Amino acid sequence: MADFPANLRYSVEHEWIDGASPATVGVTSVAADALGDVVYLELPEVGATIEAGTVVGEIESTKSVSELYSPVSGTVVEVNTAAVDDPAVVNADPFGAGWLFKVEVSGEGQLLSAEEYAQHTA
Amino acid sequence: MTETSETLSPLHDEHVALGANLTEFGGWLMPLRYSSDLAEHQAVRQAAGLFDLSHMGGISVTGPDAGAFLDHALVGNLSGLAVMRARYTMICAADGGVLDDLIVYHVAPGEYFVVANAANAATVLVALLERAAGFDAQVRDISASQALIAVQGPRAEEILRAVLVEDDEISGGTALDDLRYYACLGMRFGDETVLVGRTGYTGEDGFEVWVDVPHAVALWRAFLAAGEPYGLVPAGLSARDSLRLEAGMPLYGHELDTTTTPFEAGLGRVVRLDKTSDDGTPVEFVGREALAARKDSAPARVLVGLRGTGRRPARAGYPVVRPGADGAAGPQVGTVTSGAPSPTLGSPVAMAYVTPEVSAEGTELAVDVRGRAEPFVVVALPFYRRG
Repeated sequence: MADFPANLRYSVEHEWIDGASPATVGVTSVAADALGDVVYLELPEVGATIEAGTVVGEIESTKSVSELYSPVSGTVVEVNTAAVDDPAVVNADPFGAGWLFKVEVSGEGQLLSAEEYAQHTA
Repeated sequence: MTETSETLSPLHDEHVALGANLTEFGGWLMPLRYSSDLAEHQAVRQAAGLFDLSHMGGISVTGPDAGAFLDHALVGNLSGLAVMRARYTMICAADGGVLDDLIVYHVAPGEYFVVANAANAATVLVALLERAAGFDAQVRDISASQALIAVQGPRAEEILRAVLVEDDEISGGTALDDLRYYACLGMRFGDETVLVGRTGYTGEDGFEVWVDVPHAVALWRAFLAAGEPYGLVPAGLSARDSLRLEAGMPLYGHELDTTTTPFEAGLGRVVRLDKTSDDGTPVEFVGREALAARKDSAPARVLVGLRGTGRRPARAGYPVVRPGADGAAGPQVGTVTSGAPSPTLGSPVAMAYVTPEVSAEGTELAVDVRGRAEPFVVVALPFYRRG
């Protein structure tokens, strides 16, 4: 079973979110591994209002495209332009330098603990 | 562990041990990637990759009429194929549609070996059995007894030499030094004989090695061990697909299918309307009439290469459109058959069927990538040719 950072919470669509304010959102190592090498990211725009559980962007890998869901509702305050320029960082460091965007949270969708997420992906 | 109804490769346990990400392909559970698609792709371009292709179908055709039978059953001239040579060919339906693209090895006088795509292996076998009526030729499916391992890349020959041994008794008179592209020979792996073809699907020099199933694991491990100092890595179907796309090679189900004739796919050269039997009479092969009628008529669609100037790759099934004003999509002029980011070129590449009037090199087109018109330009195939 994979180990997931205990300080993060997770969505069933394989996003993670930290508890800071604004909160940082990324995709998990499970998503990054399943996608293969990420080659293109389309992230929400700064200032955009987003809804938990809705599609807010795209993650394109060498083989496929998948949709990026937001685990929370709120306002996007920053996107990771370094990851947009070099999407490989999502594979290399999904829980760190491969973060995707930061959001001022107004509401949460269903979020799992690290343990629950590990069971979900087992 | 994965519960599956797919057929497992004789090398399945090796793939699991190597941590492969497995995928269903043509009814088989095969490695998609072991580590990174890009790393595996680049290893094949720069050093070597090791592929398990045991999902490919293998059909033995033997007998006094084997060559004449294949001339009747396939679009190519196989009776004219020299012993120890291989040929890329196709099996077509009576209406000229492609049932599968094949490689045929002529392994000994009166003995041919037909390699079919996994998903089409049963179709090809049935068609060959039907078409064998009236010929003194035996068609046998030997897929289950054979594994196919490919070593592809600029270091492939050195790695092959480190594992396999030349043996005059089984070589068919060919030395590895003289083995040309699309030729084959028998070599020794320990006490076993393997069939080695200088063939492949990556755009690189390389070899495809047929080995009896009981020795497949040992051969796979021997290649991995001998290849490591040369930079060889195991490579999965994902790298195989991006490599063949860069090399402009068609994939059945994408560029080829039963609604497509070889002419539209730019592969009309494989259709030998001029083939004759020993006494000089024209050979009536399956599909001949339909293909002869299509040969000189302008095709309604043409297979072209597209290179993207943006970053977003086109994917199979996406509409090819004329560029409209302000980045909008104009009218549809075609459909993408294969598309991916090209690791070697650093930009998106695709193959697509388009209408003839937009098929000239340099034509600026666009692909509707999920609602946005991404710029692409028509370029010559292949995208990549080894130096």
